[in-house]
Amino acid sequence: MSASDTDFLGRPIVAVTGIGIVSSLGRGVEENWRALTSGRSGIHRIERFSTDGLRTTISGSVDFMGEMGRTSTGLSYAMAEAAGSEAVAMAGLDDGDFGGPLFLAAPPVEMEWQHRIGLDRMDGAETAEAGYDRLLEIARRHPDPSIYHLTQCSRISELLADRLGTRGLPITLSTACASGASAIQLGVEAIRRGETSRAITIGTDGSITQESLIRFSLLSALSTQNEVPEKASKPFSKDRDGFVMAEGAGALVLESLSAAKARGATIHGLILGCGERADDFHRTRSKPDGSPIIAAIRAGLADAGLEPEGVDYINAHGTSTPENDRMEATGLAAVFGETLKKTPISSNKSMIGHTLTAAGAIEAAFSILSLREGVLPPTINYNNPDPAIELDVVPNEARRAEIRTVLSNSFGFGGQNACLVLGRAPGA
Amino acid sequence: MSDTQRDVLITGIGLVSSLGEGIGTHLDVFARGPGLQPNIRSDGFAPYFVHGLPPIDWSRQIPKKGDQRQMETWQKLGTYSAGLALEDAGIPMDEAVRSEIDMVVAAGGGERDAAVDAMVLERARGANDVETVINETLSTELRPTLFLAQLSNLLAGNISIVHKVTGSSRTFMGEEAAGISALYSARARIASGQSEICLVGSAFSAERKDLLLNFDLAGLLLRDEWRPVFARSGAHQGIAVGSVGAFLVLESPAHAARRSARAYARLTSAVGDRGRRGGGKTAKRFADLLPAASGGSDELMVLSGATGIEELTAAERAVLAERYPGAAVRAYGTMLGHSFEAQMPAGVAIAAGALARGMALPAFDTGEERAAGAPPRRAVVTSIGHLHAEGVCLVEKIEDSPA
Repeated sequence: MSASDTDFLGRPIVAVTGIGIVSSLGRGVEENWRALTSGRSGIHRIERFSTDGLRTTISGSVDFMGEMGRTSTGLSYAMAEAAGSEAVAMAGLDDGDFGGPLFLAAPPVEMEWQHRIGLDRMDGAETAEAGYDRLLEIARRHPDPSIYHLTQCSRISELLADRLGTRGLPITLSTACASGASAIQLGVEAIRRGETSRAITIGTDGSITQESLIRFSLLSALSTQNEVPEKASKPFSKDRDGFVMAEGAGALVLESLSAAKARGATIHGLILGCGERADDFHRTRSKPDGSPIIAAIRAGLADAGLEPEGVDYINAHGTSTPENDRMEATGLAAVFGETLKKTPISSNKSMIGHTLTAAGAIEAAFSILSLREGVLPPTINYNNPDPAIELDVVPNEARRAEIRTVLSNSFGFGGQNACLVLGRAPGA
Repeated sequence: MSDTQRDVLITGIGLVSSLGEGIGTHLDVFARGPGLQPNIRSDGFAPYFVHGLPPIDWSRQIPKKGDQRQMETWQKLGTYSAGLALEDAGIPMDEAVRSEIDMVVAAGGGERDAAVDAMVLERARGANDVETVINETLSTELRPTLFLAQLSNLLAGNISIVHKVTGSSRTFMGEEAAGISALYSARARIASGQSEICLVGSAFSAERKDLLLNFDLAGLLLRDEWRPVFARSGAHQGIAVGSVGAFLVLESPAHAARRSARAYARLTSAVGDRGRRGGGKTAKRFADLLPAASGGSDELMVLSGATGIEELTAAERAVLAERYPGAAVRAYGTMLGHSFEAQMPAGVAIAAGALARGMALPAFDTGEERAAGAPPRRAVVTSIGHLHAEGVCLVEKIEDSPA
């Protein structure tokens, strides 16, 4: 390994050699990037299930994955498979024999209502009263392992490991809305430790169901601006009122720069640094002084060996909730000071909604594309700026800008804060 | 990054199970063996067997009632066990200290409100529009806080809130694999210098019919007649679930020395793999994970995390007998039950405690497990997942560890 293949701390530099994306904007990198840079929204009225009686009736669900879309586990797998195989193929590797470890951010899964109700309708139980005693009796008479498999949190990574030919025991993780970024961080750490020369990191989330929507709704986290679905997600706007649930998957093939160069792979960008910090204040709210967010951003910059002035563009967490966008701006201001006003920042979520477990992965993929293509995707629906948030949000239209570095933020319930710093490919 | 791998020490243990709380309590129970009886409840759970929790005064580790109310049993058990581990490691409740501690949690989640679920099922019967029934019932009957009280990464979230561990927070999911990977990842980070100190562990709450339903749809559970893990075969095989909270504090030797911490044992390795099962493939992968036999077999103790599924148990025992002839093998699931994500952390906790105390564990099943000889100096802890994943940890005695 030559000196140019290691970073300022002597660690292997981590390159991105493959990218894959599925979102409500479409399937594949090309389709997504075209829609994102033309400011198109993927948010629409929910047709997957009845929304009668619900306060929120819109989402960025992914409804084009065929039969696998009938369950959360199936849909999450199908999107991860699509993004993962796209990334591996882009890297010029065999998508049935990847040969490195898998780090997967996936949503926690449970039995779904269609199965509980389906079981209750079966015969063979002495207990008539509705409830788990009856369902257990029915299960003893009509076992169905396929339902059990859908409730296993390791199911998706098992299927992916066989499909993509990854090596070793895959890690399935959940750090709420920071999960996708955490998966990338685990891949970076493994390459820096010298355990592997390549890894695939995937974030996927296909978990929009009646119950998941109701749960977020009961926490008052969701936008209820249902009238014009594509206008509901409006990060940094004064009249933002919550996030829009969405689905998707993002995948990156990570390789040590030396290994990527040795096999002549195309390098799309670099992962320069990762930072994290947990919050101990509240289950859904950030510490009022923003100190954990600030610490996570600083940790990411320090890991990349950069000062705030070295960041050319910020891919915001930008969920469109009143709290997140304010806290994110506060945290950034504390780290960047006056530099912040000159640093463009935009939220992909204005178009694709909040893809939850997948968000960090999809947004890292878009960040690499921003570096490669020299285009900053806009923050759409920005017609009523929040005067308390002074940012250059790349309003409503994409902007050409040659950038060298991107900070991508991910913050989640349970005090999860993760920040990635990404860089342009050497010589690009 | 240094190329030299550092030792990884186990400097704190928090263990809660049906046998009691604290690693000392568990070892004291074991010291009364052989011939020990597990603490199993079948009332309300027949024909299944559940190693339930003993009475716990949650406020000893979760002082605020408000915090307790924000968690279902599984999160409370984990948060409590994590508190025990931090206390056992002698780490003061000082935010400046605890904010530097990393955390990896292996988590399940998904606890249900059984009454609300029954209400939906009842109302759905004969309804013209089942989806509307679901919308209306869940919107009005679900407690808003239940979502967070059962969400996978909120065990770690609660540990941050209650115990102020905020260096980093990562939650791994996926049954036994999650516990194996958590130990692997935490150990690798410390060994390579990416971390100095890490709280790692898991919790599993067994007294849940919603989970039993999932498992028994796949015919995984032991029914009707209880037997020790190694004696389960034919119609009398399967999993007896057990509530377990198991957390460890892992630390670099330099960090432990700076704060004059004692160590129970060294976590020498933690590795895992997966792949298609059948045709001897599981046994081959498992054998490849096992460390070489070295030293006297008297000095090696094997703590098997076997599930009680006959085919897997038989494959594991055959590989162990070939690799370590003469070593004492203990299926700790006989005493604690099977705890999925927590299975590997619990085994490592028991191994580290027994090594530090210089204690050979008694046979948990005198019919299937041979008596132990000398106090062990090394422990191999295994976990072959009920459907997939195989993992092995090697835990070794430290010469100056307290008796």
